[in-house]
Amino acid sequence: MMAQALRTPAVQAPVAAGARRRHFTPARIGIYVFLLGAALFFLLPLYVMIVTSLKGMDEIRAGAILALPVDWTLEPWRQAWSTVCTGASCEGIRGGFWNSVKITLPSTILPILIGAINGYALSFWRPRGANLLFGVLLAGAFIPVQVMIYPLVRLLAGAGIFGSLPAIVLVHLVFGMPVMTLLFRNYYASLPQELFHAARIDGGGFWRIFLHVVLPLSTPIVIVAAIMQVTGVWNDYILGLVFAGRDNLPMTVQLNNVINTTTGTRLYNVNMAATILTALVPLALYFFSGRWFVRGIAAGAVKG
Amino acid sequence: MANVHLRKLSITLGGKPIIRELDLQVEPGEFLVLLGPSGCGKSTLLHSIAGLIDATAGSIEIGGQDMTLADPSERGIGMVFQSYALYPTMTVKDNMSFGLKMAGTPKAEIARRVGRAAEMLQLDALLSRKPAQLSGGQRQRVAIGRALVREAGVFLFDEPLSNLDAKLRAELRRELKLLHARLGSTMIYVTHDQVEAMTLASRIVVMQGGEVQQIGTPAEVYERPANRFVAGFLGAPAMNFIDGEVDLHNRFGAGSLALALQEAMPTGAATLGVRPEHVHIDAHGPLHGSVTLVEPMGNHQVLWLDCGGHLLSAIVHGPAQYRAGQALRFGIDAARVSLFDPVGGGRL
Amino acid sequence: MLARPIRAATPAVMPYAALLPMALTVIVAYLGTMLWTLRTSFTASRTFPSDKFIGITQYTRLFDNERWMLSLHNLAVYGLLFILACLVIGFLLAVFIDQNVSGEGVLRTVFLYPYAMSFVATGLVWQWLLTPGTGIDGSIAALGFPDFVFDWIVDQDLAIYTVVIATVWQSAGLVMALMLAGLRGIDADIWKAARLDGIPAWRVYVSIILPMLWPTVATVFLLLATSVVKLYDAVVAMTQGGPGTASEVPAKFIMDHLFLRSNIGLASAGAIMLLVPVVALLAPYAYARSRRARSGA
Repeated sequence: MMAQALRTPAVQAPVAAGARRRHFTPARIGIYVFLLGAALFFLLPLYVMIVTSLKGMDEIRAGAILALPVDWTLEPWRQAWSTVCTGASCEGIRGGFWNSVKITLPSTILPILIGAINGYALSFWRPRGANLLFGVLLAGAFIPVQVMIYPLVRLLAGAGIFGSLPAIVLVHLVFGMPVMTLLFRNYYASLPQELFHAARIDGGGFWRIFLHVVLPLSTPIVIVAAIMQVTGVWNDYILGLVFAGRDNLPMTVQLNNVINTTTGTRLYNVNMAATILTALVPLALYFFSGRWFVRGIAAGAVKG
Repeated sequence: MANVHLRKLSITLGGKPIIRELDLQVEPGEFLVLLGPSGCGKSTLLHSIAGLIDATAGSIEIGGQDMTLADPSERGIGMVFQSYALYPTMTVKDNMSFGLKMAGTPKAEIARRVGRAAEMLQLDALLSRKPAQLSGGQRQRVAIGRALVREAGVFLFDEPLSNLDAKLRAELRRELKLLHARLGSTMIYVTHDQVEAMTLASRIVVMQGGEVQQIGTPAEVYERPANRFVAGFLGAPAMNFIDGEVDLHNRFGAGSLALALQEAMPTGAATLGVRPEHVHIDAHGPLHGSVTLVEPMGNHQVLWLDCGGHLLSAIVHGPAQYRAGQALRFGIDAARVSLFDPVGGGRL
Repeated sequence: MLARPIRAATPAVMPYAALLPMALTVIVAYLGTMLWTLRTSFTASRTFPSDKFIGITQYTRLFDNERWMLSLHNLAVYGLLFILACLVIGFLLAVFIDQNVSGEGVLRTVFLYPYAMSFVATGLVWQWLLTPGTGIDGSIAALGFPDFVFDWIVDQDLAIYTVVIATVWQSAGLVMALMLAGLRGIDADIWKAARLDGIPAWRVYVSIILPMLWPTVATVFLLLATSVVKLYDAVVAMTQGGPGTASEVPAKFIMDHLFLRSNIGLASAGAIMLLVPVVALLAPYAYARSRRARSGA
């Protein structure tokens, strides 16, 4: 019965011409029930996050995690933003917000730029050995970061920049390069090669063609790459924890500090407010970018 | 070998009416071609006969039984798709037998049917290959084979040759004609290619905008088109159309071009339709013109003539050479012309 | 007369120069660090790297370490459940959404938004949801099951399963998005042919569609498997590896020993071991892809 409803409207016994087929079969209802049930499961944490962050602690201690707030309050949000203790200081999570911004901006622009240049060189110029290099680069994207972390720490310490903004940006560049290069390389491979040939006949060199022909055509993939990189960098924890240095800890690290290392009473409402604040940027980006986000996933997942 | 009878069939898709109250009788054993430009509804009509699209109103009868609401697999039909739609991960043999297996057909029967279809379509050597390992023409044969094993009363073809190159198309066209002669099954075939229609059909249904323009044998639709659309759609190069008038003496005139008509025609404005092969270059012909373009086609030439501002194409056989700008005389075979109403395009 | 003979195509230097950052990254940041870690795993390094080579002693110590063995066990259990749940749920979601349902756009947005959240945020929210007493079990108890308690997160044996729940919630949407793209790429005529053949819909999915989607499934599996190996943030946020070390995972073991317990040699051995499943996954995948590329499929 279920099988029939999938992709096939259920069959009625042949009747006089003019009778209509029923479309609301039990199986079709079953599909909607499943999807709505799944939707509820997926929305539950978001709902609980928001609702908890708007309650007072008395209400929370009383239980009923799913209930709407009786006395709405924005106090937890104020506390999360300006007064909670994130390890050393108690200035709220806003410091982490600005740190994340400081980290994310260069860590998006630089990898996109390098990724574009790499993709361009790989798909149009194809120097010898480049594809092998690219293959190893891609393989590197699968290697767990723990294999590379300590030597990188030593390298950056040796260069005198460990624990600073340049360090974390460099690290994000190193780990973001495979996906960025893949995105741009696949995109450029889908552009007609004749564009490139025509430009070379017109006398263009490597950088000329890149700046005047290829880059102007890159808007869609730049948008996709930016969305993916901003999301990835903002949501990063482990690299920020190790490389950013105490003054530049990103929001995710501070969030974890707030929630998991506090002594004394746990302020669940403040915790949830802080969590929402941390998740806000990528979530907003997701909700506003819609199709582009999905494009990014599909493009990144299709390996070469 | 079943008949198909459509009564007042209407199909509306996405709020737009595609087919309006269509009546059509397909005789058992005939090769009916649905011919028309893209968007004329021929494919939609075929899909509704197959049961893949629901009819909004009207009835579909196949083999004497009302199949309007029946599942595609229960209608006693086989179908060949434009993109072949072979199951890519199965061998040719499995492609042809999968449907039968699902229906619970005994193994011996499946083997018999597959063997027969493979022999008819020369697929024996390909049975254990997968679609990716076949050429376009071979894939199309497998698609036909998959429809054949259903031993259906009616076979439906949805532009099956469109994805092939010209040479292969001509080859498979002939094979299809031979197949029909051998099987004698009812076949309904959709195409936009009038050459396919002319060569394969026992009858052609010319469609435009969801409506039937004319139903007839290839000869009928070609020589006595029911309206201007049909006249212009069949035949290459297309029929020449000249706007003019019929006078009281049953003569057609359009400036310097005049022709005495053979059939009695109403006086007034009319559009003359004459096929290029009925325009004869003749040193003693009554009409004057000058050559604007010559298109050599190998076994014939197409001449484009200017006659007092009217542009006419003419087909010429034989070795005579013509040059652009050359003045010559020609005649029109009045027995083979058609006249159309300038408003509405119907045949007069 | 030619003004100047056209120069023979000397290899342009610029493309190589432009690829220098990529080359440096691969050679220094990827290969170089891996070799360094490999080397260190054979030494007696503790707080600082040492040059004293001790063969495979670190590896034997590793496999004598209870915490490490537990982390491996946890990873295996977690990995199996996570991948299975994501594949099944993601595939079902994709199939059901593909049935011409109304509100498809909204549904897709709902299923995929968790992927935009960080592991940390995910772990923290689910930690709160699954807190015994004040979490979800409280609400279920209020519905009429007063003794209902969901205390997996503080249970030694069950804590790792809570991590499964949280991360499946986060990643199933991704699987759905990729599977949906794969489903949508299938020729519509295949469906028509199957309908004509009278094949029931579930059979079409099993015998025709899924085999056709094999490359997509393989890619999804690879993505999921690598994220299993890298599991760290979610555990740190959700259970801190606890209670005690009950939900320890290899990545966390390594990080703790690198930075907290000052045992670089042991941690390096652990890191190299973590490479084993990754190589085991990548090698056949890369081989299969190069074979397909060569056969022109």
